[in-house]
Amino acid sequence: MNWSGAYTWINLNYLLQGLWITIQISVISIILSSIFGAILGIIRYSKISKVSAFVGFLVDIVRNLPLLLILFFSYFGLPQIGIRFSTFSAAIFAFTIFESAMLAEIFRSGLEAVDKGQTEAARSNGLTYLQTLRYIVFPQGLKKMIAPIVSQFISLVKDTSLATIILLPDLMQRAQVIYGQDTNYMIPIFILVAATYFVVNYLLSLFAGFIDRRLKN
Amino acid sequence: MITIIQEHLPQLLTGLLNTVFSSLIALIGSLILGTIFALFEISPNRLLRFIGKAYVEVFRNIPLLVIVLIFYIVIPMYIIKINGFMAGSIGLTIYTSAFIAEVIKAGILSIGKGQMEAARSNGMSYLQSMWHVVLPQAFKVVIPPLGNQFINLVKNSSILAFVAGADLMYQANSIASTTFQTNQTYLIVGLLYLILTMPLSYYMRHLEKKITN
Repeated sequence: MNWSGAYTWINLNYLLQGLWITIQISVISIILSSIFGAILGIIRYSKISKVSAFVGFLVDIVRNLPLLLILFFSYFGLPQIGIRFSTFSAAIFAFTIFESAMLAEIFRSGLEAVDKGQTEAARSNGLTYLQTLRYIVFPQGLKKMIAPIVSQFISLVKDTSLATIILLPDLMQRAQVIYGQDTNYMIPIFILVAATYFVVNYLLSLFAGFIDRRLKN
Repeated sequence: MITIIQEHLPQLLTGLLNTVFSSLIALIGSLILGTIFALFEISPNRLLRFIGKAYVEVFRNIPLLVIVLIFYIVIPMYIIKINGFMAGSIGLTIYTSAFIAEVIKAGILSIGKGQMEAARSNGMSYLQSMWHVVLPQAFKVVIPPLGNQFINLVKNSSILAFVAGADLMYQANSIASTTFQTNQTYLIVGLLYLILTMPLSYYMRHLEKKITN
């Protein structure tokens, strides 16, 4: 084990840049998949004949596939049918598809957990369906969704490490580059990388607990 | 697509078997580990509570890939030689056990305190009351979330592709790189994964509905 050799400024800076890529990928995918997930979840909740069932079927398919398969497909499969991505966009594409499906399910079950009487009362007071959704059902459902949504975000941050396999230069891939130079760097680098992921995700989960308590009071 | 299936059937089947096998190993292992750490988390002993909490928080918050690579690269170098399949399965077990511990803990807490008190006042020890009275009831409550963890486990077992674990995902890449039929190969493998996960996922949703109604 060579701690001082592993933790040189050059290596730490190199890893920090990797962390920055991990964070960028996570944040972009979180924003995109929240938008798509909310839309898909609402479509599925709304029971528009055939459309909702079809969306539900697609969502279920994506949810039940390994993320790694989707990642491989978007990086190695899509170019064969003429769609070419950089590693960065391929990763975002794959994570967004997968997370949108996961979030759609969270949104749907959150909305369905809201008492049906709320919708009926709002409708009979003259609100349109979309107004009911926007002002009555969604705000109440959101309270129940916060905890599962944040734990989904945490899994996303962890899952970004999978993009190492398509050589996205994220935290994990850069760690592999460093310990690939010298096996004595292995343990120090693994500890550092595990600790970094831990801190990022633990902060996220503390934040989720905080929001959850605020909403419940 | 049919030619790929015909020519690579043994490879696909081996992959499927390895995926199922590693998921089952990890399921059994993580149920045992998860129950132990759930008991730690609610134990009256402060040290045990701390160990349980630390275990769950650490392994829930670091990527599965990091855990698996530690078993694939670091452990063989310093302690004992293990192959990719075992490294992957052990990594999966540890990662999943942290989630299962949380599920089981929630299950135990949902069982009324009176059950434990009644068992204790009937002369059973703490562990006996846990094992014979509280845990059997808790397991019934947590079947749907455990099922969802198992679906995640099957999907996560694709991590074995990183460590040459010869699972379905690994075979997919090796078939894709020899036939150059990338999309068709991924389609076949995707369908195989869906055959494993979809029925389970619909059954769990059915169970959840049954319990809430």
